[in-house]
Amino acid sequence: MLQTPVPLPQPRKFGESNRQDAWWLQPIVVFLGLSAFIVYSTWAAFQGTDYLFTGGGADYLSPFYSPEIFGDSGHAIFGPKPEIWPAWLPFSPALLILWAPGGFRFTCYYYRGAYYKAFWADPSNCSVGEPKARSCYRGENSLPLILQNIHRYFLYIALGFIVLLAWDAWKAMWFEDASGVEHFGIGVGSIVLTINVFLLSGYTFGCHVLRHMVGGKFKTISDKPAHKKAYECVTCLNKRHMLFAWLSLFWVGFTDFYVRMCATGSWTDWRIF
Amino acid sequence: MGQVTFKIWRGEGDEGHFEEYQTEVSEGMVVLDAIHAIQSDDASDLAVRWNCKAGKCGSCSAEINGMPKLMCMTRLSSLDLDNPIIIEPMKAFPLMKDLVTDVSWNYEAKKSIKPFKPCKPDAPDGTWRMQQEDVERAQEFRKCIECYLCQNVCHVLRDHHDHAEYIGPAFLVKTAAFEMHPLDEENRTLDLKDEQGIGYCNITKCCTKVCPEHITITDNAIIPLKERVVDEFYDPLKKLFRIFKPK
Amino acid sequence: MTERFKTHEYDVLIIGAGGAGLRAAIEASSTGASVGVVCKSLLGKAHTVMAEGGMAASMGNVDDRDNWKVHFADTMRGGQYLNNCEMAEIHAREAGERVLELEAWGALFDRTKEGKILQRNFGGHKYPRLAHVGDRTGLEMIRTLQDHGIHQGIDFHMEVTVTNLLKDGDRVVAAFGYEREKGRFMLYKAKAIVIATGGIGRAFKVTSNSWEYTGDGHALAYDAGADLIDMEFVQFHPTGMVWPPSVRGILVTEGVRGEGGILTNSEGKRFMFEDVPPLYVSSTADNEEEGWKYVTGDKEANRPPELLTRDHVARKIVKEVKAGRGSPHGGAFLNIAWIKEHIKDSETHIKKKLPSMYHQFMELAEVDITKDPMEVGPTTHYVMGGIRVNAESQMSTVKGLFACGECAAGLHGANRLGGNSLSDLLVFGKRAGEFASKFASECEYGNIGTNEVNALVTESLLPVDRTEGENPYKIQEDLQETMQDLAGISRCDEELKTAIVRIGEYAVRSTTAYAPGNREYNPGWHTALDLHNLLVVSEALCYSAMQRTESRGGHFRSDFPEKTEEGSTYNTVVRRKNDGSMEVERVPVIPQSDEMRAIIEEYK
Repeated sequence: MLQTPVPLPQPRKFGESNRQDAWWLQPIVVFLGLSAFIVYSTWAAFQGTDYLFTGGGADYLSPFYSPEIFGDSGHAIFGPKPEIWPAWLPFSPALLILWAPGGFRFTCYYYRGAYYKAFWADPSNCSVGEPKARSCYRGENSLPLILQNIHRYFLYIALGFIVLLAWDAWKAMWFEDASGVEHFGIGVGSIVLTINVFLLSGYTFGCHVLRHMVGGKFKTISDKPAHKKAYECVTCLNKRHMLFAWLSLFWVGFTDFYVRMCATGSWTDWRIF
Repeated sequence: MGQVTFKIWRGEGDEGHFEEYQTEVSEGMVVLDAIHAIQSDDASDLAVRWNCKAGKCGSCSAEINGMPKLMCMTRLSSLDLDNPIIIEPMKAFPLMKDLVTDVSWNYEAKKSIKPFKPCKPDAPDGTWRMQQEDVERAQEFRKCIECYLCQNVCHVLRDHHDHAEYIGPAFLVKTAAFEMHPLDEENRTLDLKDEQGIGYCNITKCCTKVCPEHITITDNAIIPLKERVVDEFYDPLKKLFRIFKPK
Repeated sequence: MTERFKTHEYDVLIIGAGGAGLRAAIEASSTGASVGVVCKSLLGKAHTVMAEGGMAASMGNVDDRDNWKVHFADTMRGGQYLNNCEMAEIHAREAGERVLELEAWGALFDRTKEGKILQRNFGGHKYPRLAHVGDRTGLEMIRTLQDHGIHQGIDFHMEVTVTNLLKDGDRVVAAFGYEREKGRFMLYKAKAIVIATGGIGRAFKVTSNSWEYTGDGHALAYDAGADLIDMEFVQFHPTGMVWPPSVRGILVTEGVRGEGGILTNSEGKRFMFEDVPPLYVSSTADNEEEGWKYVTGDKEANRPPELLTRDHVARKIVKEVKAGRGSPHGGAFLNIAWIKEHIKDSETHIKKKLPSMYHQFMELAEVDITKDPMEVGPTTHYVMGGIRVNAESQMSTVKGLFACGECAAGLHGANRLGGNSLSDLLVFGKRAGEFASKFASECEYGNIGTNEVNALVTESLLPVDRTEGENPYKIQEDLQETMQDLAGISRCDEELKTAIVRIGEYAVRSTTAYAPGNREYNPGWHTALDLHNLLVVSEALCYSAMQRTESRGGHFRSDFPEKTEEGSTYNTVVRRKNDGSMEVERVPVIPQSDEMRAIIEEYK
């Protein structure tokens, strides 16, 4: 083991920095953005209603509730809430599945860096002093944060979610008429759900783990044309991982909000054709 | 451009204070030029480490207005000259004098990385064949000029002083340069996990931000290395697979 | 008397940790010798990192007509036949091997389509010959050697400056110096000492060299009684930055021209097509079309005139500026952006081929080289002259003292070809390490009196012990001014004489240099101690330049503007007489064997 060089300068106090720019702005924006999403999504997840819009023959399912494993809408795979579900435990179809995308984002390399800064102030920004109380820093080297390494398993699940949400978006383009026949059509909701799939794909397919798996782990790639192509594509998205992380986060929340607003009748879904 | 005030850290070891100097600046000057002017006119014993003055040797690392930078590559025109410009030494290493720090720990840390170990030559003439696209990935990391700005900004070293447990971004980049070298056969993942403490990195990406060579340290070096460590030590399915894999 | 210094002992001591010093250290330690390396800066910061273009080796990966003979002939022609032909032969024969060795140690060169090491065109080289990594080949080389060397059991003494060599009888047996951090004094006893300290660029005002290059090795060897040779030959690199003033002198790699960059004057004319030297007329393109074909790899085409030898290009730029056709800040325009006429995505191409040039201009001059031309002018870059060494062993004329790299002389003659420097470091660095180790194995440590060393301590402390005196920076600046004006790119007898008189005055002033503050990391003190070396090399340069009454290679005399027949028959040698004064004489050049003459003739 290496020796620590002594004496080192005293660490700076919390928030102490000679930086002249508004270094506190970025962590505050991240803090507010993530907090807003967490508050809204938790609220929405506990509602357990208004997540499906069927007005005008539409079939818009909120992404917070897809796939619906148990539930009361027609989308539920296994029908209504099981009998054995304890009465004291709150139930919502969203609670059964949201841990997966939530976990994917929680363990994501981009979000990790962002919330360590914004929520833990570890550090709050580059070359800015940290809260003094934290004497022992273990990083992601031991429990609990060592569990962040599970990220790849969340990726596997997230890839599955992309397929399901794409299916939902496809379904959102078919409208049932009065006689029960489905016609292809586009409403504002169809577009909202479709954009959601694209943004989530942009985020998921730009994942650092995926980049590693499709090509990054090899020493040479010139001799593996398929991997090479895949690696290039993932790398391209990976460079914009932060952008997609925020866009998809906002949009998935907005998609739920849109469906909810339509379902409660507050908004009208416009059919384009 | 007129007179500009510089607040420069003067002192040795633990003791020190900011001292103000005024100097005349002109078009195109960088911070190091101003330091030289002050040195030659007002403070001939002002200690500063520098060499190439072209951003290629990585000697003149310091903190300018609170941000780690190379003094030779920071143009005065990029700073607010109406207020005093604060110049202080790096914070993650012991101070020798004024702007010079003792960076010898970095040389020790680097030595802990297993050296390059090439595979057998694959061409009949006893040399190797490599494709440009395969060498490019490691070439990015080999741009490193060892200025240690990334080490300095990394809070694991700077604030937590975990020098004994963590080798810092600069040498994760170095390890990546070896690990992604098309010819290298050494395995460094166990060292990364245990000796070099890659888990201490919590991806704040400050290293990437300050790198004067624009190496994408976090995304291209550290995270791929973290994933290699996961492959070998933290992936239960892979472990299972390895147990049952016919030898 | 108590010792006021710390002592170390090594079989082989290497002074300097650039490419040559590191290569020597690796070689010496691989033979089992104990090796110490002393360097003035931190390890890995030496000026080798500034070398951009590449290292010349006739591996023939791009053009299979290349071989060591052609490389040898090119080097001799470039050096105007004043080279030590034995060194030129060894260099051309061994360079390829040294490059491949570097690859085996982990260097990652750019590749050809077949996966071999890619080689690029450079001034004076007949075929594409420079193994390279973008435009940061020097960094790749020093890092590879450094990373290899740190695992060899070599002791590195960083930020230590050697100020004196000590002799026991006629043999060099120790080096004395100080370390920067605390100002402590060090004595390194060694059986053999290798000097690899690089150049003398700091003797001039406009230079691509950093503060370190004060001719330390030259002066150490000279003071120890060794011969310096060819000191009049200084290479002024034609393309240094000229604007803004604070970056004046920083190098712009020849690679820009190798990739198709052209030189134009304020009238937009490619002035290099004029006055092509007779030696090169047959191999130089006479129209733009052919020049472009050459840089894109057409084997039949002749090289564009921008790729003529550095001395010629530098003088041509000066001529344009003097004729009033220079760029706004007194240089010429170097334009790589123009290749958009030929290449579709020229912007990406330029950024990929010349990444650090792109950044250098973007960040230091706010010029986008993919769109606009650069302003360039000559800058002091390299000294061909230096310590006279044996071609085979690199031993100087003093026993136990070896030299390699820029501070050694002979390989490059009157002018060095770009790319021959990096290969020089490796080829002769290895040899110096090998033969120094051999020498060390055949002798014992010498005797040194403590009093003698303590006297050096006292002497070294004079500038900090004084309570008043002259600012050493001012003396250095005055000297640089003098050398730039009177002994720079164009010289004449009268000016050189004036320069020598002034150098004498500076020498007197340097004895009053005063560095306020204490011994701890005090740059004023270091500058004061470096003055002696700068004065020695400046004086040697002026005397040698006066001695050579002709113009050739890196030496141009306005009072003798032509090359003479006689000039090709001698080298100038400078040495220290017993009374301490400088002696200069002409010695005959090393005769070429019949075989060598035949090769030179064949590849003329």
